[in-house]
Amino acid sequence: MNQTRAVKTDSKLEKILAAGHLAVTSECGPPRGSDSDLIKKKAELIKNHVDAINITDNQTSVTRLCSLASCIHLKLMGLEPVLQMVVRDRNRIAIQSDVLGAASFDIRNMLCLSGDHQRFGDSSQGQNVFDLDSMQLIQTVRRMRDEGKFLGGDEIKRPPKLFVGAAANPFADPFEIRVRRLAKKAAAGAEFIQTQCIYNLDRFEEWMKQVRDRGLHEKVYILAGLTPLKSAGMAKYMKNRVPGMDVPDDVVKRMSGVPKEKQPEEGIKICVESVQRLKELEGVAGFHIMAIEWEEKVPEIVEMGGLYPRPNPDAI
Amino acid sequence: MIVAEAKPISEILTMVKGLKKVLVLGCKGCVTVCNVGGAKEAGILASSIRIAGRKEGIMVDVGEHTLERQCDPEYIEEVKDIVPSYDAVVSIACGVGPQFLSERYPGAKVFPGVNTKFMGGAVAHGIWSERCAGCGTCVIHYFGGMCPIARCSKSLMNGPCGGSSHGKCEISKDVDCIWDMIVRKAMDQGRLNDLLEFRPPKSWTTARDGGPRRMIREELVK
Repeated sequence: MNQTRAVKTDSKLEKILAAGHLAVTSECGPPRGSDSDLIKKKAELIKNHVDAINITDNQTSVTRLCSLASCIHLKLMGLEPVLQMVVRDRNRIAIQSDVLGAASFDIRNMLCLSGDHQRFGDSSQGQNVFDLDSMQLIQTVRRMRDEGKFLGGDEIKRPPKLFVGAAANPFADPFEIRVRRLAKKAAAGAEFIQTQCIYNLDRFEEWMKQVRDRGLHEKVYILAGLTPLKSAGMAKYMKNRVPGMDVPDDVVKRMSGVPKEKQPEEGIKICVESVQRLKELEGVAGFHIMAIEWEEKVPEIVEMGGLYPRPNPDAI
Repeated sequence: MIVAEAKPISEILTMVKGLKKVLVLGCKGCVTVCNVGGAKEAGILASSIRIAGRKEGIMVDVGEHTLERQCDPEYIEEVKDIVPSYDAVVSIACGVGPQFLSERYPGAKVFPGVNTKFMGGAVAHGIWSERCAGCGTCVIHYFGGMCPIARCSKSLMNGPCGGSSHGKCEISKDVDCIWDMIVRKAMDQGRLNDLLEFRPPKSWTTARDGGPRRMIREELVK
């Protein structure tokens, strides 16, 4: 368990982490339409088993209902959203404006990301922005919060009180820069980290060792990212087609080794085993469970992983 | 240099369709070096237009001429006596050429014969690669002499992103990850920790974002 750290926002996620509990977050992808019931239904499935819910921001560059509006729907349900924001689609005016918009609904958490290149999505002919990068976004949001200043230097009336997160991919190349880049994100102001999906636990543990060697686990809360595999096909796809993803051969073999109808169950098992192993790893402050279009399985993973019931942040 | 590639001949033929007299105008600058817009290519394009015309039963009078440069009014002046006698000019210089021609000869129809691609150079025979985005404020000394603005798909100043895999960019296995190269060079030089320094948001005022650009060197203005 982590030592108690000072709480700087009203974020329930921050409160739970600061109290030394292993936090659990999950994420929901908004629909490709304007039906808010779809996002609410997904949230209903997981709300009792997670501390906060990320809403993805046009992930894989496919146009969807926006993250901010989806977060507002969750907020109105009394839930704790994490606003994901990519720098691909917004310049610094739009970014700061959306941050204030989120804060006006008292959204308390934000995840700062670069975003997948638009080549992957439904608008591959579009322009990208990348006015800021994810590192600069982290610093911008922290400055808005802590100094009450816009990037241009002007004062913000009622600054946004956001708990600021970032992503880290322990599996991308070159490996030598990965922990240093995390250190850089922490120095820029990241307070929590949600990692890329972990399938190669050995490599993750090696990365965590380097994280601890630098004392970074005491500066940022590290939430280990997990995505349950639905099938052997998905494992192969992740391994071969998704850049920066490390799915070891033995995981693919294990998924392929069971009959097709049993593969989803095997995927959940692998995910639960990962929770159990990583729970014990020093410096892991919680889990970020990304069950892609499989949100109904999150409660099972949380329960079997021994992460249920969730702490009541109001009682902390 | 400015690197360009020939437009598909069908596109050029559509531009000049029905015209009787066409001047193909080459340039001895960058486009000659990248084998797309010099005297030789002007000759090839002129022949293609003639042959296409003959197939349609039209004898198109196609002239060829190649200027020292098309980005300099002094050389643009050289064709002042011949341009008015043509129905149109196809410039196979970079995008600057046809615009300088249009400005100098407002009565002429001027068509672009190439697609201007980027500022870069030849990395091997027949292969060109982008190096500079012309952002107006060079910062490559922070990145081992390599430019992430031009060469990172996301123009990251604090890379690499999580999509870097085996030295390649997430957008394609054919695209090198420049941040992988920046990191490896820093490692080779024992300066990896230099990359820990936070690079602040860039001012894009000197880039195209600041509006169309113009440069004045007072000491050269007559």
